[in-house]
Amino acid sequence: MEYEPLEHAKEAHEIILHNGEMVRPSVIRARQAVFISPGMLTIVILLAIPCVSLFVVAFLTRGQYGEIQFAFTLDNIKRLLGFGYFGWSADNLVILWRSLVVAFFTTLFCVALSYPLAFFLAARPAKTRILWLTILLIPFWTNLVIRTYAWLLVFDSEMPFAKILSWMGLLEAGTSVYPSQFAVYVGMVSVFLPFVALPVYTAVEKLDWSIVEAAVDLYSSRWRVFRHAILPQTMPGLSVGITLTFIPAMGMFVVPDMLGGARYMLIGNLIQQQFGTSRDWPFGAALSLVLMILTLGALIAAGKSAKKKGKA
Amino acid sequence: MKRCSLGVTFSSALIFIFLYVPMLCVLVFSFNASKMGLTWGGFSTHWYEKLIHNEMILHAAWNTLVLAVTSTAVSTVFGTMLAIGMFRFPWSRRAVGKLNLLLHLPVVTPDIIFAVALVIAFSVIRYLTGLFELGMGSMIVGHVTFQTSFVALAVKGRLELIGHDVEEAACDLYAGYWRVLTKVLLPMLMPGIIAGAMLAFTLSLDDFVISFFTAGPKSTTLPLFIYASVKRGVTPEIHALSTIIMLATIAAVAVMQKIAPDAR
Repeated sequence: MEYEPLEHAKEAHEIILHNGEMVRPSVIRARQAVFISPGMLTIVILLAIPCVSLFVVAFLTRGQYGEIQFAFTLDNIKRLLGFGYFGWSADNLVILWRSLVVAFFTTLFCVALSYPLAFFLAARPAKTRILWLTILLIPFWTNLVIRTYAWLLVFDSEMPFAKILSWMGLLEAGTSVYPSQFAVYVGMVSVFLPFVALPVYTAVEKLDWSIVEAAVDLYSSRWRVFRHAILPQTMPGLSVGITLTFIPAMGMFVVPDMLGGARYMLIGNLIQQQFGTSRDWPFGAALSLVLMILTLGALIAAGKSAKKKGKA
Repeated sequence: MKRCSLGVTFSSALIFIFLYVPMLCVLVFSFNASKMGLTWGGFSTHWYEKLIHNEMILHAAWNTLVLAVTSTAVSTVFGTMLAIGMFRFPWSRRAVGKLNLLLHLPVVTPDIIFAVALVIAFSVIRYLTGLFELGMGSMIVGHVTFQTSFVALAVKGRLELIGHDVEEAACDLYAGYWRVLTKVLLPMLMPGIIAGAMLAFTLSLDDFVISFFTAGPKSTTLPLFIYASVKRGVTPEIHALSTIIMLATIAAVAVMQKIAPDAR
């Protein structure tokens, strides 16, 4: 930005040049306050402060009728770690761990599928490339609930897919493919694939092919060509895609809810339960806090790796 | 040199099939005449006709539209103001850092935490003022909260592109600040503002989680309606409804690509 900070105008009545206009600094201060306040106040009051307040709510007590009582307690954290009314159980920790595992493998599958897709898109002639990109964008913009529900249809027991699986002996005859872990993964990957594919495609488009050619000329194996000539060059796009997938995948609740059922709950479903049927906001806040900390951790890790790449 | 081996083409084809088969299934079965299950009972547009006469669906569609239009209008104003305020004014470096963090907060916060934060905020506001029963009002406010940042980021891109020259020239020609703003800056920002507004509109139509948490009993939107119907057991009507929404999405994406190819 080419502007000097306002501190230069030391006295309040001093007139400065701003954007071609001679004005008092106080006028500029007033204007910038007017411009940013509607948006910033909305974000601060409705998002930033409530997020910080999770730290408080997570340590409050749930009243008899689901109301919040202002009494400090560590019960929610204990419960999260598995110390419930009936002794220790790993249920909540298992759900937490499962969320991380599902997010990890969803990201991994998306990355694996993104590379062929990105190379395919980058090899299209400029004219039809926009069309192909649009084709990739349409599922991305289609409502999440509709796309997930479409999988319910595909996985139904009367549809060919379930019949083939039961013919192969992988599925009991007459049952649907959902609810199952497999169905959750299919749903998750189809939801998040464009989040990885688009940034990877942007990186592949800018690829310096002479390095790839050099590697091929020097008899590198295909894996080594990818590992040493393509992967480092596409790293910026890949890390954006991984961040865009891993973070929302951890908190996803629609897909596991519709395709996984109660047996494959993720932390998002557990949070939703606390704010819905269970009406236990303090425990829900504690769970949200954990998810928020995991998100922050992922963001910081992504930032660090980006910085490291920048230096190298 | 660009290469695209047979393996790459083949796997890409499979991936596109993977992305589109579910949607095609919905489309095909929306024309299925048989009422129960997924056996083909012949072609029929019966479900579309039933759809038009279903009060609940029409009401949900109306709610969805009201929500999207209102929240987009408000967030476009807020977002444009925010972008101009943040990137057209002298801020100290520290202030810019903090504002940037807040600006990106709605973009990086996972849906579910966003929704929880809104629920907490609304209940505190309701406790303090007695206002804000969950319903259309709270949904609009919730949508505005996440849309504003996306609009601001779209407008920011345009602001950086156009530079300061024209505004300075207008000032030299004795245009007052209001005039510069309305006659010079805003017209020049228009492509960015339109791109931002379209992004905000699609985000609102696309949203499920935030609506799910902040909706009241009377403010059901189409995604909420479909979700509830799936829980009760799918009827062919839902196939028809989903097909219409999918086609609307395709049209919207096509228009968006035409008008603002950079906006995503």
